[in-house]
Amino acid sequence: MTTLGNPRLDTDRIIDDRRTRIIVCCGSGGVGKTTTAAALGLRAAERGRQVCVLTVDPARRLAQSMGLSSLDNTPRLIEGVSSAAGGSLHAMMLDMKRTFDEIVEAHAEPARAAQILANPFYQSLSSSFAGTQEYMAMEKLGQLRRSDEWDLIIVDTPPSRSALDFLDAPERLGRFLDGRLIRLLTSPVKASRPFTRVLNAGFSVMTGALTKLLGAQVLRDAQTFITAFDSMFGGFRERADATYRLLQAPGTSFIVIAVPEPDALREASYFVERLDEERMPLAGLILNRVHGTGGCRLSAARSVAAAEALESTAPATGANGPVVPAAPADDPGHSAKAVSAAALRLHAARTSLSERERRVAGAFTSAHPAVPVLEVPALPEDVHDLAGLRRIGESFAGS
Amino acid sequence: MTARDTDWDGVRLHVVTGKGGTGKTTVAAALALALAHRGRKVLLIEAEGRQGIARLFDRPPLPYEERKIAIGPGEADDGRGQGGDVYALAIDPEGALLDYLQMFYNMRGIGSALNKLGMVDFATTIAPGLTDVLITGKATEATRRRQPGTPSGFVYDAIVLDAPPTGRIGRFLNVSAEVSGLAKVGPIRTHADSVANVIKSPQTAVHFVCTLEEMPVQETLDGIAEMRSIRGMQVGGIVINRTPPALLSQEELKAPPDLVAMAEALDAVGLYSTDALAATLAEELAEHARNVELADLARTELETAGQPIYELPMIAEGIDLAALHRLAADLREQGAA
Repeated sequence: MTTLGNPRLDTDRIIDDRRTRIIVCCGSGGVGKTTTAAALGLRAAERGRQVCVLTVDPARRLAQSMGLSSLDNTPRLIEGVSSAAGGSLHAMMLDMKRTFDEIVEAHAEPARAAQILANPFYQSLSSSFAGTQEYMAMEKLGQLRRSDEWDLIIVDTPPSRSALDFLDAPERLGRFLDGRLIRLLTSPVKASRPFTRVLNAGFSVMTGALTKLLGAQVLRDAQTFITAFDSMFGGFRERADATYRLLQAPGTSFIVIAVPEPDALREASYFVERLDEERMPLAGLILNRVHGTGGCRLSAARSVAAAEALESTAPATGANGPVVPAAPADDPGHSAKAVSAAALRLHAARTSLSERERRVAGAFTSAHPAVPVLEVPALPEDVHDLAGLRRIGESFAGS
Repeated sequence: MTARDTDWDGVRLHVVTGKGGTGKTTVAAALALALAHRGRKVLLIEAEGRQGIARLFDRPPLPYEERKIAIGPGEADDGRGQGGDVYALAIDPEGALLDYLQMFYNMRGIGSALNKLGMVDFATTIAPGLTDVLITGKATEATRRRQPGTPSGFVYDAIVLDAPPTGRIGRFLNVSAEVSGLAKVGPIRTHADSVANVIKSPQTAVHFVCTLEEMPVQETLDGIAEMRSIRGMQVGGIVINRTPPALLSQEELKAPPDLVAMAEALDAVGLYSTDALAATLAEELAEHARNVELADLARTELETAGQPIYELPMIAEGIDLAALHRLAADLREQGAA
């Protein structure tokens, strides 16, 4: 595999550094974030760290690969991890509703908590609204970090519409809570704010519009919910801000994950720039599923030419390119020609794929020449067990 | 009248979902092109605001506006040689909200006031499920939109919705359930119900894009099961994307290659260091054989779903407009459109 000009991302150095307390794996959907997070976690644990992997991906197979039938909202000890170096591995899957409920139960007196939990607005908010997962992932990360039971937490980010949603979560929450809408929604219930006549008239027009839009019942539920929730909001925002600052702290490393496809790398590029803007510590890029050429330098064009020459002496082609019928057993030369031609075509396809990936990756690296990059070769099969995760971890280290 | 039956005659709203990274947007675009034949007018809607459609068709970012981006294939036997039109619309939640206000209350003007208040933020990020209702609402509105004088009586003959990934599709489409906990009566509820009337009807089919790998296959089967559990929802086809090429028969792939004979054959066509080359090629063949075997396993598993399966080839050079047309032709040939 040819190396890109960028420095090599040394993941072992990051996980071996005791000052690293949080690793955030981010990237667009389907690039192997969760598997990468698990493989890093396993490797770190077997190199002596007390690791907790927090995932938001409910992929059963991954849970199974770690020896669990399913993951839940509590960190579970993963069996079969070598403790020779004194480390351990826990894993958990974020249950956003459960996490939200726990916050309510922990921060409101029982009667009020019950009122909030029963509110239909809360029930929808906690289980379905786009964004809850991001808030709750941040919340859980903060909780795990504060508990200080683990010295390394590895988290993969939710498969959001945009990979950046979780970075925006605290700010968006803040904007919402400070927004006039909240005041508007709560004002008829509180009815204690000294409105000027003009403002008051403006607000009643707005309330009218909202009623028309949302319906009176929804508005009422929302008001009840927000009033009940009001006392908790401050703490909510403080914690979200604290988690945000935690992400900026030197103990955190962001690893951006991508595959050598234009969309994934465009997202990765955007992410790298955004992390820089937000002063978040970027460790580097892991480029998963890279196809190599196996060190063979025969070009795609020459492979195809040779394949064509072979096919012209060993005929039979179908509609979808050369389809070789079963060769007569008494003519080994014919069979070898056909097999060689197919192998050359395969090699050509492989080489062009590899060249295309190189071009796509090159567009990223030339825009971000200082970002350390680690290439991980494509595997034919998904990971089924700890041994598979361990192999991925080893391939990170280049062994 | 169509010249021949397709698997989805009668379907007007094609929802395309799939695991992230399987090529959902590409397949949605190819399907829209495939449907746009014989003067038919197709609207391709992007639900996730990534501007993937604009990039595929090599256009600047699309505004919140239905605009023509491509012409479908003409047909030789058509006599008119006339293709159809593909229009595209990139929906963003904010635009959809303002649209909704305009459509139902004629109060677009109030949009900027609501925006200042944080209402748009509220509706698009905080209000549960509202964004999904707005997006599916726009898609179903376009599906129902009438135009007297056209053969079908509708503005668009088909709508293709590039929907959220499989993991979120149930929640995305099951809008009325989503909203019912929140709004038992009122305008949002009415809107959600009218959306559900289109989505949970034979007019709509949910297609799954998949690659022949374990995780995407598992997610596809889970997604299909989820769709089947929602009353009235019609599961569409499974589109296998990026199928590796079939270059040799099973027997030939299984037989260990004769390295000496291969080296001779390579020698004869003027290649160098053919012993080493034969060994390398044999290794690559063995890896390919393993991949084909895994792909066959994955295909067998997908077949258990009992839905029509369409296969699209791997295009090593990347996807451009020519490649989209090729994929569209493949979909047409296999009866998907």
